[in-house]
Amino acid sequence: MWLLKRTAFYLLVGAIVLIAVFPFYYAIVTSLKSGTELFQAGPWPKEPSLDNYRNVLAEGAFLRNLLNSLIVSGAVVALSLFLGVTAAYALARIRFRGRSALLFAILSVSMFPQVAVLAGLFELVRLFGLYNSLVALIFSYMIFTLPFTVWVLTAFVRDLPVEVEEAAILDGATPWIIITRIFLPLMWPALATTGLLAFIGAWNEFLFALTFTSNDARRTVPVAIALLSGNSQFEIPWGNIMAASVIVTVPLVVLVLIFQRKIVSGLTAGGVKG
Amino acid sequence: MSAQPAGAANRRQGSRLTRQRVRSAWLFLAPMLLVLAAAAGWPLARTVYFSFTDASLSDLDARQWVGLANYVSVLRMPSGRVIYDGLLLDPAWWGAVWNTLRFAVVSVTCETILGMVVALVLNAEFPGRGIVRAAILIPWAIPTIVSAKMWQWMLNDQFGIINVVLINLGLIDTKIAWIASADTAMMAVLIVDIWKTTPFMALLILAALQMLPREIIEVARLDGANPWQIFWRVTLPLIRPAVMVAVIFRALDALRIFDLIYVLTPNNAHTKSMSVFARENLFEFDKFAYGSAASTLLFLILALLTILTIRIGRISLEGGR
Repeated sequence: MWLLKRTAFYLLVGAIVLIAVFPFYYAIVTSLKSGTELFQAGPWPKEPSLDNYRNVLAEGAFLRNLLNSLIVSGAVVALSLFLGVTAAYALARIRFRGRSALLFAILSVSMFPQVAVLAGLFELVRLFGLYNSLVALIFSYMIFTLPFTVWVLTAFVRDLPVEVEEAAILDGATPWIIITRIFLPLMWPALATTGLLAFIGAWNEFLFALTFTSNDARRTVPVAIALLSGNSQFEIPWGNIMAASVIVTVPLVVLVLIFQRKIVSGLTAGGVKG
Repeated sequence: MSAQPAGAANRRQGSRLTRQRVRSAWLFLAPMLLVLAAAAGWPLARTVYFSFTDASLSDLDARQWVGLANYVSVLRMPSGRVIYDGLLLDPAWWGAVWNTLRFAVVSVTCETILGMVVALVLNAEFPGRGIVRAAILIPWAIPTIVSAKMWQWMLNDQFGIINVVLINLGLIDTKIAWIASADTAMMAVLIVDIWKTTPFMALLILAALQMLPREIIEVARLDGANPWQIFWRVTLPLIRPAVMVAVIFRALDALRIFDLIYVLTPNNAHTKSMSVFARENLFEFDKFAYGSAASTLLFLILALLTILTIRIGRISLEGGR
């Protein structure tokens, strides 16, 4: 009986791991196949070749797209952390009227359907001549990274001990000094988590990137992959698509696996405390 | 020296300090609030405004106020025939609403149940637990567009591995056009979404499980409760608030789904969501104002559902105590 239970349990565990990992494994396998082998659903490549990778990197603007994604995601992280830290200190540590209403308003922005702001954002972006620029993407991504960052950082700052801050106030430190000298060094774990989640969010974003850019040189990777097509409608370059997919996903998977504990704690802080 | 003047001076200094701190609080909040107002508040207001105009994509400025015409309009033809038009009477819009609701209910239900199973597995102690947790993070880490493409390839009717495996196992006789055919397109979307999002649910539920005091479970076990009873009578009621929050978050996310459906099943009326419908009209059909009206309705529906769930959630949470 005990043995039967153990076996069933490990079968379940095996199924979970297989289902979770197989699609990505198969994408890697496909990206290494070439020629007619691509169209035989073999579980591993018989003659692995890097042709698809060579094609993707040589053809078109894929390297440019990667760079765009890096620039946009990096800028989004820096900007939302900067705005988030000061806001989080004010929301967590200073009592003022309307504080909880403000927190609620910020939270509700994060639940916005992004399509609801699309028309208005499009007008704004065109008005400032930002259409087809990376700035438009960095600006519009604030709508989903900023509320989340503020929310998680506020929860984190609230849990920091009060004594250090009181000592600093007695010494006459201004709030700005308190933030930069006292809180910032203590906040690194939370900054790393929220920064990473903001990076992933910006790296994966599709709707705004699709709408606010119009040519290959300005596209980010998700849009480039979605629009990657062959010479005709019936000739989809699956090998190239899978190679591009693996290239954009590997860094993320590595990051997530390295920082998995931080990510899990960030997700639960954002989710459960909401 | 008496203590009283010193105390009053302290208090005065205290209130000055408080005022100074409140001032700096608003100063610190201002940049963040300005960015949010510019990126969210203002565009939302403009979208609502556009929905009452006849703006077109080619020239946004040449627009006129048309009132509710994008929502409902009545046209009397010279022949005496009356034509009703507008979003509220558009079967394509209601089809999108129905698709979105169906998708949200089924995906969130499946993700919660499967997430619970995975969380319970990960909450047990066994060798290799770390590997399993790392493995389930992979679907979550993969960009949605990439997962849509990966599954599009695996579900490909001619060369996809899923059809090949199902045929070899003898489960189906002919290859299924998962993505193209009307009956299975929504199923394909659901499969990919459940695959990708169950890890998120599992991690949130796992966090709730790990906060439970072990003693309670121990006591229940000593009282002779079997694992099944412990789960339904002890564990589930205790983690229910956390699970409810996760479900609400996921449901709101599912109701605004865009990228997966747009990339996995392009131009398919059987999977088209409200967000896809709105964007299509805004930027592909040159019906900017009509698309704005759809965006506005989507926002209203989501806001209404949010308020409702928060209300109901609070009542049932209080009732449970």
